[in-house]
Amino acid sequence: MSMQKLPLQNLLRRPGRTLALTLLTALLAFSVFGGSVIVMSLRQGLNSLESRLGADIIVVPSSAQSKVSFQNMLLQGTTGAFYMDAENLERVREVEGVEIAAPQVFLASLKADCCSVKIQVIGFDPETDLFVRPWIEQSYTKELGDLDVMVGCKVEANIGENIRIYDERCKVVARLAPTGTGLDTAVYCSMDTMKTLLKAAEAKGVSHKVTSDPDDDVISAIYVKVRDGYDISQVNSKIQGHTRKCSAIRTKSMLTDVSDSLAGISNTVTILIAAIWVLALIILLIAFAMIAGERKREFAVLRLLGTSRSILSGLILKESALCSLMGGVLGVLFASLVVFPFTTLIETKLGLPYLRPEISSIILLALASLTATVMIGAAASAWASFRLSRVDPGTVLREGN
Amino acid sequence: MHRPEEKPLELKAEQISKRYFRKTGDANHFYAVKPLSLKLEPGTVTVLCGRSGSGKTTLLHMLSGLLRPTEGEVRLGETELYSLPDGELSRLRNRAIGVVPQARSVLDILTVEENILLPQTLYGTEKERGCAERWMDMLHILHLKDARAGELSGGELRRTAIARTLCMQPSILLADEPTGDLDDENTELVFRCLRKAAEEQAAVLIVSHEADALKIADHAYRMDAGEITTIL
Repeated sequence: MSMQKLPLQNLLRRPGRTLALTLLTALLAFSVFGGSVIVMSLRQGLNSLESRLGADIIVVPSSAQSKVSFQNMLLQGTTGAFYMDAENLERVREVEGVEIAAPQVFLASLKADCCSVKIQVIGFDPETDLFVRPWIEQSYTKELGDLDVMVGCKVEANIGENIRIYDERCKVVARLAPTGTGLDTAVYCSMDTMKTLLKAAEAKGVSHKVTSDPDDDVISAIYVKVRDGYDISQVNSKIQGHTRKCSAIRTKSMLTDVSDSLAGISNTVTILIAAIWVLALIILLIAFAMIAGERKREFAVLRLLGTSRSILSGLILKESALCSLMGGVLGVLFASLVVFPFTTLIETKLGLPYLRPEISSIILLALASLTATVMIGAAASAWASFRLSRVDPGTVLREGN
Repeated sequence: MHRPEEKPLELKAEQISKRYFRKTGDANHFYAVKPLSLKLEPGTVTVLCGRSGSGKTTLLHMLSGLLRPTEGEVRLGETELYSLPDGELSRLRNRAIGVVPQARSVLDILTVEENILLPQTLYGTEKERGCAERWMDMLHILHLKDARAGELSGGELRRTAIARTLCMQPSILLADEPTGDLDDENTELVFRCLRKAAEEQAAVLIVSHEADALKIADHAYRMDAGEITTIL
């Protein structure tokens, strides 16, 4: 046995006490790591949503709000389809202050053989689109051909495979990067492909017509970017007045709702973590103080045999650091087992954009959680260490007579 | 007894006393040990006897570097113990001053052998396993070397603590009631070992109630109310 092994021996030969301290520190690591991953994922999700919704205003048919919440469609991937006359696109472009107006067409598939559930198909115009395209270009830079589709990361289809949408065989040419939003469950195609799919849907009895004219053209939403120097509210009002049966929604108000929810959850998680930490710190302080009392004789003997105060303090700190490290590793592992496999469940329950951070960020977070846990363990034992190193061995050994 | 490579050292206490604050009659303090001088010479056994509460253990702790005297000096060779910083004093005590305390002082988490080698373990000095076995054998506890302290009787614990101190090969060996838990046979055994330590040039001080201790003493003192008188 060596002096370096003495703290380890102490921990191994007192399994009950070691287990209790380890579990306590594991709880600390679990709360800080698990909580931080959730908060970070929510923030990433919001950032992703903000960049996807780079538009200042979104114009949708007035009926859209009653058919399906546009917000739910974006956040939770609820399928939905609503249409308005494509003429509205030109009307919007005519409004003073509109810099870009990019149309999108939505189609909710009844059932696609790629998926066990309904999926949302989104048609966009690569020529004018400035919102979906930058995201798509991360995965696919070529032009989309006829019946070529790109799938969100949560759609179960691989590149090169064909998926059937309203009996049309569409080829998957790219898989998109995760956004943590409902956009991850959608399929993307060009406007030409969308026209083919709309016709196929029509043949299956799924109507998208908004007028009795069989040749009318439809769109679902118009993403608007307002020219610099113009007031977004005023442009919003002008669009509202200039279009028919449409609602112009400011994306800021939509994001504010999400941001507020996120702030609420983030604050709750932070308060919970803080409460757990304060509680655990108090319990650890009491535990170490009790251990200090219980082990006075042991440390008096070590002093008697010539252990200096600093060596004794080091011994206690090493013990607590070892214990906290074991607890920290356990806590981080357990939090990983809870948070990562249940990402979808957490996302569904929270109903907010949720995007898991990069693996490098997760590793950094795990290391930071471990460091914090070890430091809190060491801090909690510091007072006990100070007291024990100041023990008068003569008095302590006499007390036991 | 002391390390063969080191010169034998004597321990000299000069006018040391220990005063505590306590309301006693008109005074607000009392002397556990009144000013006294004492010398422990290499190769000798000194016995200190006296009633409980007479100040024997307090004196022993002051001599061992564990308790700073209110007045006076304790010198080990040329070194004044209490002038040293804690780190140096601790190291010196580990190397040169062995103490057998009156109370139980064996660590439960370690085996008998690990306890005996603990003073060497603390500073990573060369382990003297042979020395540990020698003293375990002499004190009849060799068969217990792998046993934990919790499995030992009071007498076995006492002999483990004595073996630990002897194995340190200290220049100064201070034993506080070393035979307190022992039967006659083991008492004699322990005194024989302590005498042997003195023959190997250690300066030995035994605090004891046992009359048998006087049989191996070169010097003997009685302590009463913090004062010592020479009896041998």
